[in-house]
Amino acid sequence: MSSTPFTFSMGGEAGYGIASTGLSFSKLAMRSGYYCYTYLEYPSLIRGGHNVFLTSFSRLPVGGTYRTIDFLVALNHETVDRHLDNIAKGGILMHDGTQKLSLPAGKSVHYIDIPFMGIARKLGAILLRDMVAMGASVAMLGGSFDVLEEIIREEFVKKGEDAIRTNIDAAKAGFVHATKHFSPAIRKILTPIKSDKKMIINGNEATAFGGLAAGLQFAAIYPMTPTSNILHVLAPLQEEYGLVYKQPEDEISAINMAIGASFAGARSMVATSGGGFCLMTEGLGLAGITETPIVIIEGMRGAPATGLPTWTEQGDLQFMLHAHQGEFPRIVLAPGDAEEAFHLTMEAFNLADRYQTPVIVLIDKLICESFQSFKPFEYDKYKIDQGKITYDVIKNYQRYGLSADGISLRAPAGTGNHVMENSDEHDTFGFSSEEIEVRNAQMKKRMTKLLTCAKRESTEPKLYGPAKADLTVVGWGSTKGAVLEALKELPKVNFLHLNWISPFPSEAVAKHLKKAKKLVNIELNYSGQLGNIIAEKTGIRIEDNILKCDGRPFYPEELVSELKKRL
Amino acid sequence: MKTTEELLTPVSCNWCTGCGNFGIWTAFKKAAVEKDWNNYNTALVAGIGCHGHILNFLNLTSFEGLHGRAIPVASGLKLANHKLNVFVFTGDGDCLSEGGNHFIHAARRNQNITVILHDNAVYGLTTGQTSPRSPKGYVSKSTPFGNIEEPLSPLPLALSAGATFVARAYEGDIEHLKEMIIRANAHHGFSVIQVLQPCVTFNHVYTHIFYQQNIYKLGREHNISDKSAAFAKAFEWGLNKIPVGVIYESGQPSYEELTPLLKTGTLVSRKSKKRNLDKLFDKLR
Repeated sequence: MSSTPFTFSMGGEAGYGIASTGLSFSKLAMRSGYYCYTYLEYPSLIRGGHNVFLTSFSRLPVGGTYRTIDFLVALNHETVDRHLDNIAKGGILMHDGTQKLSLPAGKSVHYIDIPFMGIARKLGAILLRDMVAMGASVAMLGGSFDVLEEIIREEFVKKGEDAIRTNIDAAKAGFVHATKHFSPAIRKILTPIKSDKKMIINGNEATAFGGLAAGLQFAAIYPMTPTSNILHVLAPLQEEYGLVYKQPEDEISAINMAIGASFAGARSMVATSGGGFCLMTEGLGLAGITETPIVIIEGMRGAPATGLPTWTEQGDLQFMLHAHQGEFPRIVLAPGDAEEAFHLTMEAFNLADRYQTPVIVLIDKLICESFQSFKPFEYDKYKIDQGKITYDVIKNYQRYGLSADGISLRAPAGTGNHVMENSDEHDTFGFSSEEIEVRNAQMKKRMTKLLTCAKRESTEPKLYGPAKADLTVVGWGSTKGAVLEALKELPKVNFLHLNWISPFPSEAVAKHLKKAKKLVNIELNYSGQLGNIIAEKTGIRIEDNILKCDGRPFYPEELVSELKKRL
Repeated sequence: MKTTEELLTPVSCNWCTGCGNFGIWTAFKKAAVEKDWNNYNTALVAGIGCHGHILNFLNLTSFEGLHGRAIPVASGLKLANHKLNVFVFTGDGDCLSEGGNHFIHAARRNQNITVILHDNAVYGLTTGQTSPRSPKGYVSKSTPFGNIEEPLSPLPLALSAGATFVARAYEGDIEHLKEMIIRANAHHGFSVIQVLQPCVTFNHVYTHIFYQQNIYKLGREHNISDKSAAFAKAFEWGLNKIPVGVIYESGQPSYEELTPLLKTGTLVSRKSKKRNLDKLFDKLR
């Protein structure tokens, strides 16, 4: 692939901080002027097991992780066992010869032997091993040691000058050793270049920041992989940014707390994964019938039950559309990457307020935890819109007053109005009622809000690639990155990406599908859930699917080969 | 509110004649008038059960939640606007069965909310099944051969979990119950009142007569700041020995008082506004 990014990877046992090394490497690539995408694989353990990061970097934006590794650093046997087959022809494998890893002969790989352990031990701590490897890698990639040093300084600033010094020394020792012994093999691939200002962010940070920009006031989040990081971002910012984060006793409590805070007028959200969302389903319907605005971030992982806790999947889509008994309006958004997650989370708060109903932002482990470089997000145009709300005393106030668009005037608790929100079916005032006319009127009112939303908001999917193509790929959410990478190699393929799932943009989708010469649906789940929804909403059944549910993302290389078969 | 009439709504009460909920309703209205609880300063949350209907009969801002989930709604409401007097009406099935976890953790958090536990020791709204409060041997639709489980004591549970105000009252003594409600609300922290409430339709063990014959008021000799003594009183139950009154009160600061952000005003008093992220984005470079 001509436009293929360079992929660097490092693997070792858990507990050595591979994930933070991965972030440091990404920052290094970004500050050297490159776009990058860093994907982390780790088991659901704190120590033991295998951790690896892969960073694909390029002068052009990179949206996904590649499987083919150009430069692999193996810090243990398992890294070689698991990833040797993925090394590109002529790629580099850096290892510590004293570890005697079984390196097969005859494979076209350059072996670079750096005594990570010996150097680290000499400097006083084997934990410095990764830093030695990092220094040696930067040298072999023709990177700048100054940039690396600056990153180490920032990373260890809280640990004090000694820690900074030791880590810089370790990196320097690796850098010097590699330069001295392997200078002919150095590739000038990470040489600093001039480029636009960028930042590196993962989906969890992006949703948390989206909430902050949107005036988030209250968040109740029970820890769960892969979204715990959202609470890690928000909790320390409470005082400075004026919000309250509460760790609840469970997800049932989380969503009910958010509903209570919203009843008082606070912009509120929860975040969880599929399992936690299961506990939230009764609260979802409660927000639906009481018409309480809340934002729910759901980061999918391999399911059901405990499933694959640290791996990615798109298995919860139909669940989001159907969770809870009965019928009520819900808005479901499915951002394709961290940048979309930021914008759609901001939008989610406005939508929740405008339509007084729960809004779900559906992401997955791949988006939550992968680091991607972007130009700083633009949000100048964003305006907070709280919809029909009053803080004044309204004569004869009716919380569920009828209107053509289905939306009633909302008054928070404590405004002097007698505000009644009720999980029982209720009349316009909120008093419990089981009368036929009341039930029909309120049901219609609530469901009308979804029609109003569909009419007023731009829910259309986005078409990437040429308007006319031999093959149209259809997908949603996080597959966007890998598909767009694959499209770089496939000029006659285009991609219809959906990030609004409810209300479903049936007409727009049908229009695109009818125009397509050939269709293939791509999803990270077993049964092709978007395909099912498209069939239900448009009557068009996409027969051809590329599906997988092994916890791993789609890789651009595998999509290119799969799609080529169809051309 | 200035008068109990102002607290009425157009909805008429639908509890059974003789239901213990009438006493709670009346006592609460009297307390609300005495303390001027109104739609600026008060919000009520209820769960599901006969108790929950009370919201329809009070002209005060309210949220009727799900079965067992009134307390977390109240928790969020209080954190968002801690100037509000927040009352939770909950039943024994609602609070101790479906919502047991929330009860424990709200007590542990010591949030400044008042839980009024309508304890009729039976499931009334679902027409008479055994509740976590039903006595051993209790015959009901779900235990036709007699309940073989021990009842749960909510007040020792609340004490263990960290509640800082624990009281018991009988709904037939409206003046006393009113005092308990006022004192619980005045307390800064998690307060719970177990209200002994006959279910005239389904519970023929804990009747008005039973309570009238077996309760006694705690006197000055009970030291409400002594937690061991409080446990002893909270566990007391049986013929002629059901204590009512304040069992425990301590002065630890509430969750809201310990939340730095809330020291300068309520969360909702700072209107939601768009925030600048420059500083946060800078850290991502």
